[in-house]
Amino acid sequence: MKNLRIGVDVGGTNTDAVVVGPGGAVIAEAKAATTPDPIDGIKAAVDAVMAQVDKPQSLGKAMLGTTHPANAIIRRQDLDRVGVLRLAAPSSLGVRPSAAWPEDLRQIVIGPSMIAEGGFEYDGSPIAPLDEDAVRRFGAQCAESVAAIAVSCAFSPAATDHELRAAELLAEECGPDMTVSLSHTVGSLGLLERENATILNASLLTVAKRVVDGFRNTMAEAGLEVDSYLTQNDGTLMTVEEADRYPVLTVGSGPTNSMRGACALAGLADALVIDVGGTSTDVGILVDGFPRVSTAAVEVGGVRTNFRMPDLISMGLGGGTVIHTGEVDGNGEIRVGPDSVGYNVITQSICMGGDTLTLSDVSLVAGRMDGFGDRSLTEGVDQDTVAAAIDWVDGRIAVLCERMKASSTPLPLMAVGGGAHLVPEQIAGVSEVLWPPHHSVANAFGAAIAEAAGSVDKVYSYDASSREACLESACEEAKDAAVRAGAEEASLRITSVAEIPMTYVPGGGCRVMVKAVGPLAE
Amino acid sequence: MGATLLGTGGGGDPYVGKLLVKQAIEDYGPARVVDVDELPDEGLIMTTAIIGAPTVILEKIPAGTEFRSGIGALAAYLGSDPVALMPIEVGGVNTLVPIATAVEMGIPVVDADGMRRAFPQIEMTVFTLHSLKAAPMSIADEKGNMCVFEANTNQIAESLARAAVVQLGLANAISCYPMTVADVRQCGIHGSMTYCTEVGRRLSQVQRGAPGAWDELLAYTEAALVFSGKVIDIDRRTTEGFARGTVVLEHLDDPSRTLRVEIQNENLIAFEDGEAVVTVPDLLCLLDHESADPITTEGLAFGQRLDVLAMPCAPEWHRDGMLELVGPRAFGYDIDYVDSWKDRR
Repeated sequence: MKNLRIGVDVGGTNTDAVVVGPGGAVIAEAKAATTPDPIDGIKAAVDAVMAQVDKPQSLGKAMLGTTHPANAIIRRQDLDRVGVLRLAAPSSLGVRPSAAWPEDLRQIVIGPSMIAEGGFEYDGSPIAPLDEDAVRRFGAQCAESVAAIAVSCAFSPAATDHELRAAELLAEECGPDMTVSLSHTVGSLGLLERENATILNASLLTVAKRVVDGFRNTMAEAGLEVDSYLTQNDGTLMTVEEADRYPVLTVGSGPTNSMRGACALAGLADALVIDVGGTSTDVGILVDGFPRVSTAAVEVGGVRTNFRMPDLISMGLGGGTVIHTGEVDGNGEIRVGPDSVGYNVITQSICMGGDTLTLSDVSLVAGRMDGFGDRSLTEGVDQDTVAAAIDWVDGRIAVLCERMKASSTPLPLMAVGGGAHLVPEQIAGVSEVLWPPHHSVANAFGAAIAEAAGSVDKVYSYDASSREACLESACEEAKDAAVRAGAEEASLRITSVAEIPMTYVPGGGCRVMVKAVGPLAE
Repeated sequence: MGATLLGTGGGGDPYVGKLLVKQAIEDYGPARVVDVDELPDEGLIMTTAIIGAPTVILEKIPAGTEFRSGIGALAAYLGSDPVALMPIEVGGVNTLVPIATAVEMGIPVVDADGMRRAFPQIEMTVFTLHSLKAAPMSIADEKGNMCVFEANTNQIAESLARAAVVQLGLANAISCYPMTVADVRQCGIHGSMTYCTEVGRRLSQVQRGAPGAWDELLAYTEAALVFSGKVIDIDRRTTEGFARGTVVLEHLDDPSRTLRVEIQNENLIAFEDGEAVVTVPDLLCLLDHESADPITTEGLAFGQRLDVLAMPCAPEWHRDGMLELVGPRAFGYDIDYVDSWKDRR
């Protein structure tokens, strides 16, 4: 029986791996340092965790959550140059592609751009017939100058014809080696944001290929025959073949994995989650087992996209956060952070023989942390400083929890991550604080238990057919998409239905967004 | 930022407007905003704006040409070209559209408008209070379709425009209220562009955490912070094309206090414990409690922590006919206008 799964999460400091058995039981866990080429860290973590597993041949699926693509964008490294084709003219000429991009990123990524005639109205009728000659001319221009082409089109989430036809024409002009990203495959309504996401996606294809090949090779070299997946922004899975084509959909998967992992480890579906790392802390909220998503436009490396990312509040509070005493502002008070020694906490903090007072030292002296550092080294630390730092930590965490909560009803709080020891046992407005088993590898666990999903985002007319009929059709479409993504049909459930009425006009138009999720079919 | 705040939850996202202006300036040179006194009395002033559904405008970004062709059609009908453009509403995306078009046409924008906030209907302007007519007016799309029409009343102008927009793709250009410079001087709200910029600048200071920035913003706008609370209930519905809704906030410090905000595209009225505390046409703005970002109606979500700001409407609104046109009863609420700033006018 191939009933084991391995989850791997590449974080800023650590690469974690867990092996999970039937029913979500943790069989083994391991941590390794994240390395300059992250594949090395992945290999180390996978080898360490597999060494603890008796029957490696039982491993059937491998899930990777990684920050590779996000870091490539943020650091402007290894990005491909992209030709940008928009099918919407004569509409949209007032705002050219990449108009609001940071200049440094634009210089690296943006190749030839064109707005050609084509695209659709809200009711599915064409704005203009697709200008096939223009698309061919654009293809010829791109053939020698870029590595990939991003195609977007007005209302393509509802009508894909022009994007699909443009892809055929570009393949004829540029040959089969030119990769083409189509906007309806990576984004939802909002032409400029979807176009941005498509360009980023196209520029990440080389990075993605390296990650996917590296992950597959790691598994093969470890002698594991597995189906491999990557986790996406919403906490669901895509196959490595999809990840090869849609890497931009992984850029926000880290926090989602840790929240979903916490949820499953603690067996709670409605709770606050605090993830305390070495440098920063994220607080989010789980509703029905999924992170509540942010309503604000999400920027990736300074580029506006319309991804739905977990609604998080972050602050500089972590195990490596530095405490500045007395002399800083002269009145004897302390200042905590926002700077951190990061992964150097294992050498620079006082309890590890260093000379920097960090929150890990404070946690040790205050009795919150054990199993890390040498208590005798911290004897010289001033008790008042510790008390003041602990007060600061408790105050900040209470405010973060209060800000995230949707009502005054107390909720449980799950503490995860390497710095979870800093979280106090009592917090106002929190019913109880839980440190779930295996909480320090919650993110890798979240990857290991991730499910497959399908979604729909379209404009419907409630006047043309009833609201119920429209919603039912949207749900069916989402379920079909989930099954195509590998979900087991019998266990599918609809996890979100959102309706946004079209304002300022009559006609009963409504934008409907539906997501269906289910466990992977065996 | 100022335009989003003055949009009071509606008015369309100014982001696209900002990008239109940016491109127009890149292609045609800098924008010129002039005081009404710098223009000749008999000169023609025309307006331009986006009309349609914000959800559609997200996909159908303006071409820019629809605004020029709508203005061109109306100018041909009138037999006269404009000396400057003017926003109808300074609040939301339509604050910025006339700037982009004026830059393309090589003419200035007048520092004035007809609302100094956002309203959902064409007749809801101070111009209507002065019996200035919205018609003749034009509606145009990006493909060269356009119509110019007359209307007896500004209310009929509104329904004719709405009908045309449904046929033309729900993302169009409107040009209405053609008037002389003398009309603007006598009937318009003066300095509204400047006001918007100054409000935006002060709000940015608040967001950067500058010392005293909140007091500065409140002093400049004569605004009051009426409530700080968390969204505990949202009810949305669409009737006759207008998004109506109710949001209930629970006070951050005192959970026994609740504030109910009534929305029809824009935030209209706030009730605390059943009693109206802020009423249209005064401005009711919702800001994120932490970041001070203005929150639009579409962006409202359960659990958000919001500051509720009440700002007096432009003093030009206070004349005969205001309450019938834009008071609470004009939006179907059987309550009286709460005149909180009476003593200061």
